[in-house]
Amino acid sequence: MLQSKSFVKKTKQGRVVKVVREHYLRDDIYCGASSCKVCDSSVACLSSNASPILIVDTNVVLNQIDLLENPAIDDVVVLSVVLDEVKNKNISVYNRVRALCSNSLRKFFVFSNEYHKDTYVKAMVGESPNDRNDRAIRVATQWYQSHLGGRTRVLLITNDRENKRKATEEGISAETIESYVKSLGRPDLLDLLVHPTSGDVSMGEVEDLRPAKRKVIYSEHKPMSEITSGLHRGIYHQGKLRVNRYNPFEAYVGSESIGDEIIIYGRGNMNRAFDGDIVAVELLPQDQWHEEKSLSIADEEDDEEEDVHLVPGSADDAPRTTNLVQGSARDSNSVSSRPSGRVVGIIKRNWHSYCGSLEPMPMPAGNGGVAHALFVSKDRRIPKIRIQTRQLGNLLDKRIIVAVDSWDCLSRYPSGHYVRTIGEIGDRDTESEVVLIENDIDSRPFSSQVLACLPPLPWLVSSEDLANPIRQDLRHLCVFSVDPPGCKDIDDALHCITLPNGNFEVGVHIADVTNFVHPGTPLDDEATQRGTSVYLVERRIDMLPKPLTEDICSLRADVERLAFSVVWEMTPEAEIISTRYTKSVIKSCAALSYIEAQARMDDSRLMDPLTTDLRNMNALAKIMRLRRIERGALTLASAEVKFQIDTETHDPLDIGMYQIREANQMVEEFMLAANISVAEKILKHFPPCSLLRRHPSPTREMLEPLLRTAAAVGLNLDVSSSKALADSLDCAVGDDPYFNKLIRILATRCMTQAVYFCSGDLSPPEFCHYGLAAPLYTHFTSPIRRYADVIVHRLLAASLGIYKLPTIFQDRPQLTSIADNLNYRHRNAQMAGPGLSRTPYCHLFQETADRHGGQNSEDKIEWLYCICAQVWYRRACVLDTKR
Amino acid sequence: MEYVSPEGLRLDGRRPMEMRQIRAEIGAVAKADGSAVFEMGNTKVIAAVYGPREVQNRSQQLSDQALVRCEYSMANFSTGDRMRRPKGDRRSTEISLVIRQTMEACILTHLMPRSQIDIFLQVLQADGGTRSACINAATLALADAGIPMRDLVTSCSAGYLNSTPLLDLNYVEDSAGGPDVTVGILPKLDKVTLLQMDAKLPMDIFENVMQLAMEGCKAVANYIREVLLENTKTLEYRRGV
Ligand SMILES: [Zn+2]
Repeated sequence: MLQSKSFVKKTKQGRVVKVVREHYLRDDIYCGASSCKVCDSSVACLSSNASPILIVDTNVVLNQIDLLENPAIDDVVVLSVVLDEVKNKNISVYNRVRALCSNSLRKFFVFSNEYHKDTYVKAMVGESPNDRNDRAIRVATQWYQSHLGGRTRVLLITNDRENKRKATEEGISAETIESYVKSLGRPDLLDLLVHPTSGDVSMGEVEDLRPAKRKVIYSEHKPMSEITSGLHRGIYHQGKLRVNRYNPFEAYVGSESIGDEIIIYGRGNMNRAFDGDIVAVELLPQDQWHEEKSLSIADEEDDEEEDVHLVPGSADDAPRTTNLVQGSARDSNSVSSRPSGRVVGIIKRNWHSYCGSLEPMPMPAGNGGVAHALFVSKDRRIPKIRIQTRQLGNLLDKRIIVAVDSWDCLSRYPSGHYVRTIGEIGDRDTESEVVLIENDIDSRPFSSQVLACLPPLPWLVSSEDLANPIRQDLRHLCVFSVDPPGCKDIDDALHCITLPNGNFEVGVHIADVTNFVHPGTPLDDEATQRGTSVYLVERRIDMLPKPLTEDICSLRADVERLAFSVVWEMTPEAEIISTRYTKSVIKSCAALSYIEAQARMDDSRLMDPLTTDLRNMNALAKIMRLRRIERGALTLASAEVKFQIDTETHDPLDIGMYQIREANQMVEEFMLAANISVAEKILKHFPPCSLLRRHPSPTREMLEPLLRTAAAVGLNLDVSSSKALADSLDCAVGDDPYFNKLIRILATRCMTQAVYFCSGDLSPPEFCHYGLAAPLYTHFTSPIRRYADVIVHRLLAASLGIYKLPTIFQDRPQLTSIADNLNYRHRNAQMAGPGLSRTPYCHLFQETADRHGGQNSEDKIEWLYCICAQVWYRRACVLDTKR
Repeated sequence: MEYVSPEGLRLDGRRPMEMRQIRAEIGAVAKADGSAVFEMGNTKVIAAVYGPREVQNRSQQLSDQALVRCEYSMANFSTGDRMRRPKGDRRSTEISLVIRQTMEACILTHLMPRSQIDIFLQVLQADGGTRSACINAATLALADAGIPMRDLVTSCSAGYLNSTPLLDLNYVEDSAGGPDVTVGILPKLDKVTLLQMDAKLPMDIFENVMQLAMEGCKAVANYIREVLLENTKTLEYRRGV
């Protein structure tokens, strides 16, 4: 088992300590060429035909990943030194290249050159790490050349002039990516190329002319060493830049070092930073903080840099910005004490690809040649991007995806390259795909491997299921479900019986999804990735395949289904005496809609058992709800705005509130109770690795828009605690019955969102759910459409000793990353979803509140309505078929 | 963090089931009755054994068996930061105890009543797995001192990272916070004398990991036996037998 290997010790120089690591070199690393006679060819994936084997260097991977993803490029060897460098520089490109390497349809091979005895390179004295890595790449190329002999051509792809020169000297055939792509004779691939910046081969001659010709628009970024020392000395502050969704000229950087958000006004101060970048910020002198407020952005820009008009010709953006800033400055003296600053350097870029279209422009003379165009992203936070294309005529009326490559201080706009076309602008499918892409939602149909994991249809409860000792037979109970009308994926059902001692037995039955979705299967992996079902205006993108969601798992009426049940014994005062958890078989006797359930409860003539059960449950739920509200739970999210949409034009016809019926609240109450009971159970058994959900208490700054809006309509809200806020929201009654609801919606939008987390990552006081005023909470009740619930089902089953805990739970970092992914997916699903379920809309509220703030008019309600309509209209525009 | 690449290589170039290079040398401290240096990769430990000799503190003397004492310490220069370490901190007390118990279990103490055996262990360089290296060094030193033992005790650790069982964790892998199983066995008797783990693992995985650690122990045992044999041959040669 221990192979005799020569080994070399590699020394890394840390900050203070010298770190010595062993580095074993091996002779069992293979070349991956299927034509090779020497190596083990079981892992070989490089084809043996005449096409050359490409060895790419780090910058080619980093910059040209879109090109590499094109199937035209194949037979690529990715060296481990390249992978390591890519991983350090850009993790998302790393993930993409890793995906390429593991894709069996592509011929990408990872060669661990750093561990191969012939290709390991020791840094020479005085050699920089970059030079050393370049040399390692050349050595590996040379090894491939001699290893494969004359059979296959080996080509080093590098855009680094020095590296290419040295390679040629050493007898390696090397080419730049441009010349290689040109040699393929595929002009369409040329658009995918990222254009070289200065220092690379083909730009050499132009370089010298540029500074003289062009004006410096942005100030130079500080070198990394200066930033690091500046951060240490406290003159710079590090944080993630977030651009205001409704005003792309305003951004915030949340800084831990000063414990506040730093506001950054204008593109000049943003200094080429994108939304999501990690930046270093320098505070402006305090006397400029106020000044910034009173100045309109456009003026300030003009003062600073005379010829920069940020959005030339775009009447849409500029005046609006001016208004907004003046407006908010007038109204809010409280904010003016917030520090403002400017970006001095970018620590980590958050560049990815963006959806949008090209700015309309006349066709340049000599169509077919290279044209420069400006790309406008759908996401307003992103500046326009300059691209080069050879197919301008084709792209002008299309939605396209563009990636950003660079932004030097001489150019007003960043430059990027075309990635792919989605479809025609205005086409409904195109636009809804844009929404999906913008939110990173995978809407592809399920793969055959995933579908292979499903049980055969028609599926029925088998005798083995019934005989299984872990499964309790609850088919005799009168179980029913209450859902919105037309619901097909019913994942919860209830029952309630009166016990001889006067207490009630109440059961919540949840579809037993984990009986069909087993850990480690392709089905499970897919669901982990998707994280949640996404509800769009006119369609639903499922987390699990339809046979599971609508049939096998759906707890429909009059069919036997498998369930995971939580059963309580409750006193008539709704005190829980005991809790029991079990897998079960149930047979629902009715699938009611909220309306039906409500009608039954209200109809005093009906005395049948089902209706009695409903009434009993409703009585219990009311007590539970009251108790929860007394504890300080906020009744915020229950109000949802409903839009009536014209089926043909998708124009909003009317907006109203979902009528919240008692039946809704009843179901909600028992689901909350089940979630809390399950959270307690799993945390007790698995303190370090339970998946819980928490809702952090909002800070005052977050509630600022709410307070300001409330103040504008003459309301005073107490936000000192959740109880106080709940009480003052109760008092916020206007003349209009909807007013209170709207204020509540606004309050919800101002809070941080509740998030999933792994219990080992935080301490118990942080577990608390602010909105529900519950010390513990998790998601258990919707495993059909949320992956978190699937995980919780597994945890609960393991805590009952029914199944073993899947190995993933041993790996806390991985569990944390799953929780992070779930949060990300949920946020995206909400962003893509219809209606008002979006946090950023509080800015809209704020905007309008500012505008209406001074007027003491009766149409306070009116403007809230306006906003809803406005929001809906923006949403609808996306889907509108304006041909 | 990726501890095993998709190509199946660990950070230092080993495959999951491979041990680091091991090296042993007998007789590093001339003054001691028995001594040895044991290296597992960059972990380097020196062991010195004194005894059996008269019990120093009469009150500790045992009338039916030998008293085994063990002192474990880390040299100030053994880690990168070169800090001054207080003697007898919790960690070294615990390791001293563990090693003493493990060695006591294999020394035929009843043959040497009213005597004392001292085992001194010093970590010269630490890079994960010091506990195992100490036990292996102690075994060699005891053998060198000619102290009667049931069998050699050998030790090796194994861990579980990125859903893969890994043999012989180095410092980087050890600090990943995953489970770390240290096993000590009597290879000929096929008995476990030491088993330590301070994490939770499901039974089936634990068994795999422990099995792997035991494989490691056996490999160490083979090597130690070779070293001892070699040493005996040298001694024979010197004596002119
Ligand atoms: Zn080969």
